[in-house]
Amino acid sequence: MDFATFLIQILNGVQYGFTLFLVASGLTLIFGIMGIINLAHGAFYMVGAYLSFWLFGITESLWIAILIGLPIMIVFGYAIERLAISLLYKRDHLYQVLLSYGLILVLNEMQKILWGSDFNSVPVPDALSISIPMGNQEYPVYRLFVSLVCMVIASSMYIIISKTRLGMMIRAGATHREMTQALGINISRIFAIVFSLGAALAGFSGMIDAPLSSVYPGMGDYILIISFVVIVIGGIGSVKGAFVGAMLVGLADTFGKILLPEFSSMVIYALMALILLWRPQGLFGRPT
Amino acid sequence: MTHSRPLLTLLILIIAALTIFPVFGDEFYQELVIRLMIMGIFAMSLDLLIGYTGLVSFGHAAFFGLSGYMLAIITPETEAVSIWIALPFCLLVTALAALIIGWFSVRTSGIYFIMITLAFAQMFYYYFNENQYLGGSDGIFIFFKPTIFVGDIQILNLNNPQSFYYFVLTSLIGSYLVLSVILQAPFGQVIRGILANEKRTRALGFNTQHYKLVSFVIAGTLAGFAGFLEAAAGGIISPAHLGWHESGAIMMVVILGGMGTLYGPILGAFVMGFLQDYFQEIWSAHWLLLFGMFIIFVVLFLPKGIAGLFLQTINRKGNGK
Amino acid sequence: MSAPLLVVQNLSKNYDGLLAVDCVSINFQTMEVHAIIGPNGAGKTTLINLLSGDLLPSLGRITFKDRNLTDMPSFAISQLGIGRSYQKTNIFPDFTCWQNCWLGAQSRLSTSMRFFKSAKNYAKIHQQTEQALALCGLEKHTDNLASEISYGEQRQLEISMMLATEPELLLLDEPLGGMGTSETQKMIKLIKQLARDRTIILIEHDMDAVFALADTLTVMVNGKVLATGTPDEIRKSQDVQNAYLGTEEENK
Repeated sequence: MDFATFLIQILNGVQYGFTLFLVASGLTLIFGIMGIINLAHGAFYMVGAYLSFWLFGITESLWIAILIGLPIMIVFGYAIERLAISLLYKRDHLYQVLLSYGLILVLNEMQKILWGSDFNSVPVPDALSISIPMGNQEYPVYRLFVSLVCMVIASSMYIIISKTRLGMMIRAGATHREMTQALGINISRIFAIVFSLGAALAGFSGMIDAPLSSVYPGMGDYILIISFVVIVIGGIGSVKGAFVGAMLVGLADTFGKILLPEFSSMVIYALMALILLWRPQGLFGRPT
Repeated sequence: MTHSRPLLTLLILIIAALTIFPVFGDEFYQELVIRLMIMGIFAMSLDLLIGYTGLVSFGHAAFFGLSGYMLAIITPETEAVSIWIALPFCLLVTALAALIIGWFSVRTSGIYFIMITLAFAQMFYYYFNENQYLGGSDGIFIFFKPTIFVGDIQILNLNNPQSFYYFVLTSLIGSYLVLSVILQAPFGQVIRGILANEKRTRALGFNTQHYKLVSFVIAGTLAGFAGFLEAAAGGIISPAHLGWHESGAIMMVVILGGMGTLYGPILGAFVMGFLQDYFQEIWSAHWLLLFGMFIIFVVLFLPKGIAGLFLQTINRKGNGK
Repeated sequence: MSAPLLVVQNLSKNYDGLLAVDCVSINFQTMEVHAIIGPNGAGKTTLINLLSGDLLPSLGRITFKDRNLTDMPSFAISQLGIGRSYQKTNIFPDFTCWQNCWLGAQSRLSTSMRFFKSAKNYAKIHQQTEQALALCGLEKHTDNLASEISYGEQRQLEISMMLATEPELLLLDEPLGGMGTSETQKMIKLIKQLARDRTIILIEHDMDAVFALADTLTVMVNGKVLATGTPDEIRKSQDVQNAYLGTEEENK
């Protein structure tokens, strides 16, 4: 592998890692704070991708599609939280798994009814549809742009969680739930906010990812499972862990495809098993 | 587990109905009932984990599908394989897989356990999905059902649909009995203790990890037995058999039927099977939408499943006297 | 004096920087009732959790009959003959009283990896279970669900389960907590009876009971041992009165 290829693969791995982080961070926050295991989180990614595809068809601009799509995602997440998830806070994980499994089936079928079973694509916006030459290859600028946007989001998340009042309440809610409630903080409002923001993050990830991967049925299932691997590696509930896990998985997956093509899709699971062997609670998880 | 009289009556009625069914049922329904009985075995094996040990495995289909693939591998393309070779081979490989996955998984608990079992199952899924020698995503055919010979005498010809039916029915009853015996034995008492209060069970002197692992292996092997039957019945095994939709669906069967009862999951398999059949009939293109809504309904309104409803009715009658 | 049964040396437990147990050293003698007293938050329950293996110590060493228990998990410690009861009733609510004790008794089988013979058909376990129930006066509740008996009886069941494992050292964490007068008297009688042929380490807030039962007392404050001695010595100790008994009197 020459240096240019190596660099390109690093960039690809990091960019994939960032995409995963957007999905996984919401999933991990929702679990860490609300104690809810939400399988339908991957479906939010799918909904986001289809929203961008649909809105692009109407507005012919990815930017406007995202601008309109984001609030829709927030409302959508809020509605799901109120109508379904909120009924399960006190129930066993088993029921949360099943309900969100049912939700996935419903959302996947709704998608098929609304948009059919074809693979669709969203073009890269004109301004970014150029490539940078690297050695004798080229690297698309849009991928760099996606990494950059994700980096901005990741750092603002870090600032929000570590510096703001909402972040403080979120952190407190994750570690000391009863205490937080005793202090008079409206926990169900925080839950609703966290859930909607998590849904919006996943949806946003689907939207900016749409020009890179095509838009197709079941795309949420795939990203969901990978996100699970990410947060299990990172430690459930830890945003920092989700970040490190996402990068590890992104790079392992990218390089696995080149170095071990026959076992590429198993590489990340093997990585997960190795990390769990060493730390059963994940890299940044608290021991139970 | 002591069987109350209404329950015993119910079980005997079910067995009787299943026994005489082939005499009346047409071939299509006989085929369907075979698959539902297999699903019942599969669901019971998961019930051992979810309903008796408290291990919510979300990757149980891995063992179901793995065993099916093993049957495909060991069946030659031109002739049938003896069940005395095929069955031990399938079960052994499945048990080994369950031992390895379980060894990693039982060290964790709660949500970690759910996710790790899921991730391991997906690992198998992708392996078979991408393995072109085994047919990739299309799966692989098994052209011959195993033969059952003792010496030169054929005990049972599984190619005869009715023989196969009774073979599966016997397997179902046998699995139920074996699990019931295990649950009554000291081992069963310990895993129930783990389900109710793991920490206290440990404090009483039980190495709960070992018991959880053994439970996981037993359940995985029994799922493998179901997978063996499924592959023999359908003549095909594909990655879909071990994907997470299958794991989710079988979990749903356990909940719908009523976990922690063994017979509940069998009932669940039948209700679910006929419902799926019905949904496919009324809206074949998007029956999964109806199915998804049904799952949500059950979770919200029928958390204890059909068996829960049944027990409630018995108790109410009992109290009324 | 013969060698102590259980030796605790420089034992510490650190919770995120908070020292719940701070360099504690105590010798527990064979066949004595050794009570550990101290105000709430003194680290008594944490100490018991360290002894029983429910928690792992950060530092220090625990030795039981020359065996090092320090990093042993709870099930292994139980197998050595150390039983414990919990402060917060910790039983199997959906099991009958019989089943609760049965599980304790069954733990003394060489292994419970037995899959075929019904658990009911093990005569020795049967006998152990019956004894444990009888000792605590729970025979009449044999077939009642643990969740359906009274609170005091649940406390007795808690002890009964532990007795079914036939321990020689008992760790009792507030066995009298939340009990009425007559139940308290019953429990004190039971502990006295158990003390005849077992060693007991007892945490208790009820001072009358402690002084009625204990041969030796250890006073803990803020995770540290303040004093160890006979009931008389402790009663007379100025340190103890200042730190603990005094405030207890004021509270009354």
